[in-house]
Amino acid sequence: MTIASREDLQRARLDADREMKKQDVRVLVCAGTGCVASGSEAVYEEFRNQLEGREGISLSFAPHEHTKVAAVCHTGCQGICEIGPLVRIQSGDQVIQYVKVQPSDVSAIIMRTILHGEVIDHLLYHQQAQYVSPDDIPFIAKQTRVVLSNCGKYEPDSLSEYIYSGGFSALEKALFDMTPQQVIEEVSNSGLRGRGGAGFPTGRKWSQVARQKDPVRYVVCNGDEGDPGAFMDGSVMEGDPYKMIEGMMIAAYAVGAQEGYIYVRAEYPLSVARLREAIRNLEEAGLLGSNILGSSYSFRLHINRGAGAFVCGEGSALTASIEGKRGMPRVKPPRTVEHGLWARPTVLNNVETYANVPRIITDGAGWFRSIGSENSPGTKTFSLTGAIQNTGLIEVPMGTTMRQIIYDIGGGIKDGGTFKAVQIGGPSGGCLTEKELDVGLDFESVKKYDAIIGSGGMVVLNQSSCMVEVARFFMGFTQRESCGKCTPCREGTKRMLEILQKIVDGRGEMSDLDELEDLAQMVRSMSLCGLGKSAPLPVISTLHQFRDEYVEHIVDKRCRAHVCAKLRRFIIDPDKCVGCGKCARNCPAGAIIGAKKMPHKIVTDACIRCGSCQENCAFDAIYIEY
Amino acid sequence: MLEQSCYDLADRCIAKHGAKPSSLIPVMEDIQDELRYLPGELLSYVAEKIGVSEAEAYGVATFYENFSFEPKGKFEIKCCDGTACHVKKGIAVIEALQKELGLGKDKHTTDDMLFTLETVSCLGACGLAPTMMVNGKVHPRMTPDSAVALVRELRGEES
Repeated sequence: MTIASREDLQRARLDADREMKKQDVRVLVCAGTGCVASGSEAVYEEFRNQLEGREGISLSFAPHEHTKVAAVCHTGCQGICEIGPLVRIQSGDQVIQYVKVQPSDVSAIIMRTILHGEVIDHLLYHQQAQYVSPDDIPFIAKQTRVVLSNCGKYEPDSLSEYIYSGGFSALEKALFDMTPQQVIEEVSNSGLRGRGGAGFPTGRKWSQVARQKDPVRYVVCNGDEGDPGAFMDGSVMEGDPYKMIEGMMIAAYAVGAQEGYIYVRAEYPLSVARLREAIRNLEEAGLLGSNILGSSYSFRLHINRGAGAFVCGEGSALTASIEGKRGMPRVKPPRTVEHGLWARPTVLNNVETYANVPRIITDGAGWFRSIGSENSPGTKTFSLTGAIQNTGLIEVPMGTTMRQIIYDIGGGIKDGGTFKAVQIGGPSGGCLTEKELDVGLDFESVKKYDAIIGSGGMVVLNQSSCMVEVARFFMGFTQRESCGKCTPCREGTKRMLEILQKIVDGRGEMSDLDELEDLAQMVRSMSLCGLGKSAPLPVISTLHQFRDEYVEHIVDKRCRAHVCAKLRRFIIDPDKCVGCGKCARNCPAGAIIGAKKMPHKIVTDACIRCGSCQENCAFDAIYIEY
Repeated sequence: MLEQSCYDLADRCIAKHGAKPSSLIPVMEDIQDELRYLPGELLSYVAEKIGVSEAEAYGVATFYENFSFEPKGKFEIKCCDGTACHVKKGIAVIEALQKELGLGKDKHTTDDMLFTLETVSCLGACGLAPTMMVNGKVHPRMTPDSAVALVRELRGEES
């Protein structure tokens, strides 16, 4: 299928429409990373195998009217990863959501649901009530899906399905009905802000690139979603690659760029594969290349795979990496808009930002502004994980409160646990506690609490998470990922990590807390790039919100969450100990005393808390106290 | 000395990405995808072919976590210690595997070249934490027991 003109695109739309109308039933199997991990590929294959050549069903066309045409499709992330593999059966407007589908369920689904329109109760989603349609499930019903609108409905690889969903009407409108300047104005007016974390106004960035003198400009997409605990951008790339690419194409038109790069994180093989397939299809159709849709606009797109360096999420490090160099940030200014990839003016936005663009062009800035909050219009995707009932991928209007997210969408804390905090913004973010549950989340509001929206990782913590250990965990991460170029970050994070390690190991002193604060301020204000500048945030935030836990670790040598192994106390139960002496023989510290055949005792001061006594005890006589 | 086929592979990768300095990372990635490690000699060879100095190529290869100068085991296990996996006790899974395979902080590959165990910072399947990846396939909701069982199963298939 070649789409070389506006007329061709209109024809492709009619074709896609006709193709879709032929399908009586659509079997939509989630092929997001989560469901693939849960085994959705086997379910997909089983559907194809069983439907192939089955009487009364055809996978392509209907030879006579009694035959049902069924399409078996992959889809992007349907959201509720926790209960995958997820399968939707769509027939006309009716959609049934099945959860935890196994290959052995396939024949029943075909027989009862596809052929006879029956709903199979035990495969439905249950939580308090039973839900048939995905749109009724509170987890989904309470979201506003703009960026993720196609995820769960269409085949990510299929250009025709993307066109059916309204794809490329934004590009068409931009190319034929708008000047580049008008496109920039529309995006500026929409108030769209960078979804990668910093929240810089996208329209302003574009206009800065557009007014550079250098005629060669680049458009780059940051798909190096490195925050541990975040998978939103990965889900967009693998679930709806065309939408993000269309956003990039519109950006390129607006700023006059002819070439673009997508930098994808190495750990996302599925995203790379889907983007490659999408680019191949677009090139084949002529939607990427020269004179797109017969206009004078040309655009080519390349994919670069990251190689495992978190710092490459920083703009200048990312462009250095595409150039084949070590991904180390440089001093700014000049900024990326003036001096980016190959020292040319460059638009660098993240995946979700680009994916927001098509809808802004088709529906207008006013529509976009009608969602979200005054200063941060639109929606935001979050990956909701941790100690929560429904983990998964969500999209909500900016300004939604944490309480709505955790309790209405997330279904509350898992297994009746108690909410302790939610960590947002990953290693550059902070924690919100019970007190902040009703704060509407947007770029400005959470800053007051030493947190950031960041890219959108949201990890819910319950009473079994130790906040000091969480701070140590993030500091360990940023310290490992510090590129080493500037001293405040390289040395500062190392010293901070050492202090945190000391505290979780039970060797902390009260003066450590002041030192931590001092170092945090130093690293925050003096580091070269965003990685260092934000690295102390988890420490600052936990120190402010959970100072008592730090003090407990230091003064009482106690970890209330029972996490810090070095603060455990091993105790021998004299009623169970038979005095065999095995523990004493195996103790590397010689900390166990006792006469033969008499109950033994552990000398707490000498104990190094390794647990070898407990492992070696055949009588289950050694227990842990915190 | 490396086999000629390795140099042929390098030539193919260079031809695919172009003999220019910016191809360094994609060429190294493709070589590593194929050989499961990056032989030092091949890096020098590639550097010369695409016009970067050996030192610079070495600098790039050591900067990025994913390049390895040491051969990796047949099964490359990446255990996730991202935030979601961490708070769901992913460390216990890593420790169980280290114990089972006799590996640790300084030793990542078993002597029989069957397993390489690495810790990574996020596999992007946080909803199903704790996770691990074996040769590109993500395994969800691991426990120390299920991880050890999986390794034993893989080992069984081999013998």
